[in-house]
Amino acid sequence: MTQTTAPVRIVAHQRSAVVIRKYLTTAAAVLILLGVAWWLVTSFINDPKLFLSSAVVGLQNGTLFALIALGYTLVYGIIELINFAHGDLFMLGTLFSGLIISSIFGVVKSGATVGGWVIFLVALVGCMAFCGGINVAIEFVAYRRLRKAPKLAPLITAVGMSFVLLFVGLLWNGSAQKSDWRSVLPQGAMYPGGVRIEYKAFVVIAMTVPLLLLMSWIVTQTRVGKAMRAVAQDQDAARLMGIDVNRIISFTFLLGGALAGAAGLMYQQVIGTTRYDLGFNFGLIAFTAAVLGGIGNLTGAVLGGVLIGLIKGLNEGVGLGQQWSQTVVFGILILLMVFRPTGLLGQSTGEKV
Amino acid sequence: MSDIATVVPPTPSRRGVNIKPGLRWPLGFLTAAVIIFLYYYLDTYFRPAIPDVLHNFVATWLPLLPINEALIYAMAALGLNVVVGYAGLLDLGFVAFWAIGGYTAGWLASGFFFNQDIRFFGSAFTLNQATGGVHITVWLVLVAAGLLCALAGVIIGAPTLRLRSDYLALVTLGFGEIIYEVFYNGDNLFGQNVSNGNRGISPVDSIRFFKFDNTGAFTWGDVGPFDVLSKFVFFVILTAIVLFASLRIREGRLGRAWLAIREDELAASMMGVPLMRTKLSSYAFGAVAGGIAGVAFAVHVSGVFPDRFRFDISILLLAMVVLGGMGNVWGVTIGAIILAWTNSTGLPKAQSLITDSGSKEEVGTILALAGLGLIIAGVVLFLRRRTAPLLTFIGVPVTVIGVVLFAAKRDVSFQFLIFGAVLIIMMLFRREGLIPEARTRLVLREPGRTEAEALGADMVDLAPELERLPDENVHAGGSVPVAPRALTGEEEAR
Repeated sequence: MTQTTAPVRIVAHQRSAVVIRKYLTTAAAVLILLGVAWWLVTSFINDPKLFLSSAVVGLQNGTLFALIALGYTLVYGIIELINFAHGDLFMLGTLFSGLIISSIFGVVKSGATVGGWVIFLVALVGCMAFCGGINVAIEFVAYRRLRKAPKLAPLITAVGMSFVLLFVGLLWNGSAQKSDWRSVLPQGAMYPGGVRIEYKAFVVIAMTVPLLLLMSWIVTQTRVGKAMRAVAQDQDAARLMGIDVNRIISFTFLLGGALAGAAGLMYQQVIGTTRYDLGFNFGLIAFTAAVLGGIGNLTGAVLGGVLIGLIKGLNEGVGLGQQWSQTVVFGILILLMVFRPTGLLGQSTGEKV
Repeated sequence: MSDIATVVPPTPSRRGVNIKPGLRWPLGFLTAAVIIFLYYYLDTYFRPAIPDVLHNFVATWLPLLPINEALIYAMAALGLNVVVGYAGLLDLGFVAFWAIGGYTAGWLASGFFFNQDIRFFGSAFTLNQATGGVHITVWLVLVAAGLLCALAGVIIGAPTLRLRSDYLALVTLGFGEIIYEVFYNGDNLFGQNVSNGNRGISPVDSIRFFKFDNTGAFTWGDVGPFDVLSKFVFFVILTAIVLFASLRIREGRLGRAWLAIREDELAASMMGVPLMRTKLSSYAFGAVAGGIAGVAFAVHVSGVFPDRFRFDISILLLAMVVLGGMGNVWGVTIGAIILAWTNSTGLPKAQSLITDSGSKEEVGTILALAGLGLIIAGVVLFLRRRTAPLLTFIGVPVTVIGVVLFAAKRDVSFQFLIFGAVLIIMMLFRREGLIPEARTRLVLREPGRTEAEALGADMVDLAPELERLPDENVHAGGSVPVAPRALTGEEEAR
């Protein structure tokens, strides 16, 4: 992923224009950041309790976004494909977890029990396997054949795949919102200093952080992680070193899908509702998170997810309100693309020349 | 792979009618439009002239309303084709321009600004009734929508066109969603009502155009909501304008610059093509077509409603462009008409027919067996050829539809499955579309030079410029017998 850009010789008068432009963009970025900071501070002073409660909700959603964003970033890092079907995979994860918990185990009453925790863990493993398997199958059936095609082709295929998964969701669940599923997580909330924190938020964070650590361990410490990084850098060289490129790419899709499955389970347990077109929205927000952190960068995806979650939560709590959340998220995306296309933690990859 | 490029000389026209190759498609379009017009004119005003069988068949399968809608889709798809097909920039939020065009019509030709009283050759009805609002003739509204959309295209394009293609896709998608949300929440935008929110702006003025009185004689006047035939003529004219513009602009300096950028950005910029300006102009041009389609749609439904401007329309438009053949104007037009018709008439009618006749199980069984047959035939008969995966890929969705029809208790809509499958199958097996353009075919069969180098040394032998290409039929329409030789991708990956 780290190609160095060819040095470009810039003529002197062009250089001054470039410098001016750079200053202008920096100034604009600083202004925007100052505005955001001002908004945050004033809304905090206005109603600190509401502000902190919204932040907690945002943090909880942000960890889910981080899980989904990791799937995007892993796949993008390795084959430079925006996997549009990933959000819909997450949606299938919510449906599957509902199936396991409500239909197979027949949980009829919300609330945490010892049995409930066991069921939760079983569902976690089941969902991760289910979504990982689907993701691997999608790669095997469609993307693998297009690995050497121009970029537009796999991207459009991914959009088509997303439609197929939407159809599966529609067939499975109908077009109405499904909300009669029970949760096995502890209900209720605590109010330290008047700030509302749901118990579920702790569970989500306590489940997500180990998953993220595990992921980071796999990619940075293990042999297969090393192979993944090698494939991401140069497929041919990796092949020459004896790495089975196809297997490694499949493994990457498995990891990404498993994280989406985990996110699906937690979403279903925390929010409790799902719909066939849920994935579109969530997928886009998660992808924005991945871009925000610097696509291809694992830490960046987590950071971006949490940040986007916070921004979205604060916007819905003390900002413009829920009906504008898409605008806020995509507005951030567009601004980011203008001012810092590499994301917060990404390095400049440059166009391959 | 034993494919040798077999260059077949262009066969002379069989029936001896010698039409210039460049005129065949336009004449075909015109003929189809005239036939549809004459049929519906007779059907409406001289009903006994049409046999009952024909009347019933056409009324079921080819009503005029969906044809009008298909023409609007064709205009928008042609606009998207300029961006995606000509310039090679993926735009996933194209419906935004459609929405902006529609709302321009809503602002400039309706009673929305009821405090104002501005008229300029608006519809006669509003003049007689002395209703308030801005009422401007539809031709000026079209111009205004085009300008506004071009401006919007430049505004969204200027900061983002420097990005890499997949980022660009995402940003345009986000732009589409933002525009939707702005119009949806527009009844309270900083305290102002700019779009009436989710109620939309309705009614939009009727256009002043020629129409028919009860006896079928021509008159000039307000085209009411139910004068579908007059609207058909109006839409045909608009589509013809967009078609003509996209055909001609492709041959000019700008169009060739777009193609150059699509094929190799670096080489194009080295040859002196100003990248940003050229890309921006493709955005602006596509946006203008989208805006025209927006105005046409506002005329079509006599109103503007934000719910019509969701992401799925953008994807539908993209599917039209991909199905027809990216870059080929006529292919895109036909792809748009086919998909729009399938979406609005074909699928719902077929499904309701099957449900009404109570033969869901039978049809489901037949489809499932046919699909299974395709899969088995693919696997058994053509195991080693390219056809095997194609048959399987077609067979699986057919089987699924059959099984679902057979087993499902409630009605399931198959739109998502069919559109998704179309996109995937086209991308896997016929990337250049149903009616490919020769240049696009070469571009899409093989990765670009930079991509080929990035992929590695094993791709060096693919050099599209070494391919022999017959000089005729390079432009729109002709199918060029170039052997499909780039099987490398599939073979390697398996």
